[in-house]
Amino acid sequence: MNPDRRIIAFCCYNCAYAAADLAGAMRVPYDPGVAVVGVPCTGAIEAAVVLGAFEEGADGVFVAGCLDGECRYKEGNLRARERVAGLQKRLAEVGLEPGRLEMYQLSAAMGTRFGEIVAEFVGRIKALPPSRLGRGAAVKGGVPG
Amino acid sequence: MIVTEAKSFVLVAAMITGFRRVLVAACAGCTAVCGVGGERQAGELADALRLHARLRGEVLDTEVRGVTRQCEPEFVAELAPAVARAEAVLTLGCGVGAQFLAEHYPGVPVLPGVNTRFAGGLAAPGVWEERCRLCGDCVLYLTGGVCPRTRCAKGIMNGPCGGAAGGLCEVGNATPCAWLLIWERLERLGRTGTLDEIGPPPDWSGAQAGPRRSGKGGGVE
Ligand code: SF4
Ligand code: SF4
Repeated sequence: MNPDRRIIAFCCYNCAYAAADLAGAMRVPYDPGVAVVGVPCTGAIEAAVVLGAFEEGADGVFVAGCLDGECRYKEGNLRARERVAGLQKRLAEVGLEPGRLEMYQLSAAMGTRFGEIVAEFVGRIKALPPSRLGRGAAVKGGVPG
Repeated sequence: MIVTEAKSFVLVAAMITGFRRVLVAACAGCTAVCGVGGERQAGELADALRLHARLRGEVLDTEVRGVTRQCEPEFVAELAPAVARAEAVLTLGCGVGAQFLAEHYPGVPVLPGVNTRFAGGLAAPGVWEERCRLCGDCVLYLTGGVCPRTRCAKGIMNGPCGGAAGGLCEVGNATPCAWLLIWERLERLGRTGTLDEIGPPPDWSGAQAGPRRSGKGGGVE
């Protein structure tokens, strides 16, 4: 388990999510503390969703989409990559380490690679202190009314 | 349309420091089209500002509201309940929107979240280019539809200045010489004759008489 860090993985159903499944079938061990969230396409992950994950106390977030040229919706993965790059810059401006967010690309057949990605990212997040945003303390912005 | 750009996040965060309840006011007009001032961008900015504040031990509540256009009093008035709840308004409308908000709501600081750049159009995906300086004395009928005031670096009326090289303006920025464009277009149209007469120097009085107004159907010529 990974009790001291919260990591959210937004995984595209067409590649990374299936790869995570395959990793399981292949008995590739990966950190069970990573919460895998399936999405129809990484291009659908809005900035607000990623920022919201951090606001609610995530220590790290990664987005895993298809390889270049293999996006089911043509270029959702490329858009996601651009968005992630923009968000890394925004995290730095906000005062969080930009490395807490990453984009990975893989195919549905890459179960072993999924395990490696999780290991790499969990290692990176564990090397950082826990997020100062704390967990559970978030109040999603909005003045009543 | 009015072309706007996002202000630096650091500056925006500094502007709202000290306010605990901020209304982030989006505009669905030009600034939304520019990808900086729509409701989605307002939401993302509000999220980031809250993270920024919390990481500094500050309290920040945000509310995001959008209106069709901030440059019309009717739409500006729709924000009244939200403004009443806020200590400050961060607007993503252009400079016009920001001023309309400030006029309508004198009791609350109105802070600009974008820089208002120019009147332009989409030159390439995500790239806007200036086309009009709003001079109030349009000469496009003489210049083949190419604006010398805007697109010639010197804004001269009787060009070219003679400095262009390889079709590019001598002032730089790899910009095509506007007067070359004017000539080429007039030539294609068989209308180079319009350049035979020396035109009067640009009349900027229509642009410099304080805030300009325009009624339905045109102004005063
Ligand atoms: S001549 Fe004046 S009004 Fe016409 S396009 Fe140029 S700046 Fe705009
Ligand atoms: S080179 Fe052409 S565009 Fe540049 S200043 Fe001279 S006339 Fe204007």
